[in-house]
Amino acid sequence: MFDGIRKRVVCMWFPRLASDRVLRARPVNGPFAITLKSNNTERIYCLNETAEGLGLTRGMSFADARAFCPDLISQPARPDLDARFLATLRRWATRYCPWVGRDGLDGLVLDVTGSTHLWGGEAEMLADIESRAMRSGLTLRLGCAATRGAAWAFAHFGTGTASLTDLPVAALRLEEATVTALQRLGLRSVGDLAEAARAPLTRRFGPDLLLRLDQAMGHVPEPVTPEVEPPRFATRMSLPDPIGLTEDVMGLTARLLTPLCDKLNRYEMGARRLTLTLRRVDQGSQQVELRLAAPLRDPHRILPLFERGVGEVDAGFGIDQIRLEATHVEPLAVQQIGSVQTSPDQLNDLITRIGTRIGLENIQRLLPADSHIPERSFTIAPAAFSVPRSAWSCLRPRPLRLFPPEPIAGHGAEPPARFRWRRMSLTTGRAIGPERIAPEWWLPDEAWRSGLRDYWRIETREGRRLWLYHTPQNPGWFVQGEFA
Amino acid sequence: MRVDFHTVFPLRRGRVHEAYGPGSVGFAVMSFAAMAASGACLWIREGWLSDTLTPQGLLPFFDPARVLLARPKDQTDALAVAEEALKDGAVPAVIIEITRPLNLREGRRLQLAAKAGGTTGLCLISEGMGSNAAETRWHVAPIFTTQSEDSTLMRWEIKKNKSGTNGAWNVRWDSKTRRVHVVSPVGE
Repeated sequence: MFDGIRKRVVCMWFPRLASDRVLRARPVNGPFAITLKSNNTERIYCLNETAEGLGLTRGMSFADARAFCPDLISQPARPDLDARFLATLRRWATRYCPWVGRDGLDGLVLDVTGSTHLWGGEAEMLADIESRAMRSGLTLRLGCAATRGAAWAFAHFGTGTASLTDLPVAALRLEEATVTALQRLGLRSVGDLAEAARAPLTRRFGPDLLLRLDQAMGHVPEPVTPEVEPPRFATRMSLPDPIGLTEDVMGLTARLLTPLCDKLNRYEMGARRLTLTLRRVDQGSQQVELRLAAPLRDPHRILPLFERGVGEVDAGFGIDQIRLEATHVEPLAVQQIGSVQTSPDQLNDLITRIGTRIGLENIQRLLPADSHIPERSFTIAPAAFSVPRSAWSCLRPRPLRLFPPEPIAGHGAEPPARFRWRRMSLTTGRAIGPERIAPEWWLPDEAWRSGLRDYWRIETREGRRLWLYHTPQNPGWFVQGEFA
Repeated sequence: MRVDFHTVFPLRRGRVHEAYGPGSVGFAVMSFAAMAASGACLWIREGWLSDTLTPQGLLPFFDPARVLLARPKDQTDALAVAEEALKDGAVPAVIIEITRPLNLREGRRLQLAAKAGGTTGLCLISEGMGSNAAETRWHVAPIFTTQSEDSTLMRWEIKKNKSGTNGAWNVRWDSKTRRVHVVSPVGE
């Protein structure tokens, strides 16, 4: 290895990660279990020590567990939150060494080669890890060895001062079937396996078994892969004296924007949402949020968009710290200079500016939808989060405006010759129809409960051209739209 | 002496116009189609109005993807959005549905914003809500004829014109060529 330095790897295993995560926030005294629904059955996924003491095990069905232990407190599993918790623990573990990787769903692996002396030795470092984990309410099992495989084996199967060769074969990270087969052959411990002839084992179990053995023994290297931190797009500045003028704040924002946009450029990202936090001298803070209609990283275009928000801030006795963060970013590829495409940018800037006043979701666009029901033949989507589509199909004329159906007096299947609508007395001059539209039975819709509709285009002698319908299954006449 | 239709109809750019009457939405759609062959149209209507514009109804006039709907919560916001969009010039036309009469200051500000951005504004108003600052004011009503099967016949009447005289025309929309045609009125 590195001339004279012995490689040391620490494996941290959190056997009760899921239940510890919940119990840290809300401790309970009695038995507690986390359940996960798989194959249509609630099964126990993780449980605390008290529950284990009462005879409950992992993988047991939840109904059985409740029968054994009526006062069992339970909660459904949240694997996403567990993964996030493990990521937090991984960041915490970088205090011991920079080389920290994840190991499965509930473990961490640290390459501590050359960093143990900072804690006064290996034993002191392990004691420190253990005491901190205990203080924060985490069940932790540690293994420390010269290889990653051995460290894993000690963490999961180590008891007292046993050596690697005394551990069972399951400590080699093998599949369940392989472990069973090995036990049937009489190879129970790692030592037995190491002494057995290699060629027949490879022929029977494939190369994986001996690779695992060699990795644990240190004959084959197995590196620890550290995870990269995701980039954070945030800048801040503290001021020696408080400021209060709008121009000063805008000037500072411009100075913060430049490095932020440089960083966005480096990662080929564009900001979609920016938050400017202004901390005042009295420790209060105010936020200016900017939501952009399209990803953007051009400081000259972002800066004017902040003007409205900054103008509304109450500076109080002055602002002495300012922080700018791109809270939501989207990929934005670099573009060739000189391509003449100013119009969509200009329109997006306008949408952003209007959006800061009335809300970005209130600027909408019409998109085609696949339905023959007039109200559902299009959808209204926020313009900033959709792209225009033009796949319209329209076989028959449709009204320009559609309103909620307004009942009128009328009898029979033929359109009424005279009717009153919106306090106007109208006479039918020409009626074109009927066009029968059946409800979509697969979608429940209150408005279409009355069944089939026969639509008529009515041209009245007074001029107005209306869209009427008759419901033959539930007799009645309604006005639903008006043509141009 | 009547004013020639082509001097007033594709509505004068950089100005704010007004339309009222039962066919005002149709007038807005037709004037946008005649005004700009490309570019978007910002249609501002307050969020509480329950009726909707249908894209299938817009199809004979222009591509519905060109419409951007803004739904502000009240008229103050609507006018602010309209002023911003008129001044910016990113969209060739802004259509505003007015729910309370504009005062002189609001009408004048819209007019100045339209001038600055070179954009055309069109306010859809109710009868009697007209603002003094408007460039032209149109009364639009669909009319019924027994003579022809055509169902887009309308009567457009200029009630106010800052730079010309008033007039009235019967027009119809030709959906094949996407143009407004003036038809001679039927003799009495």
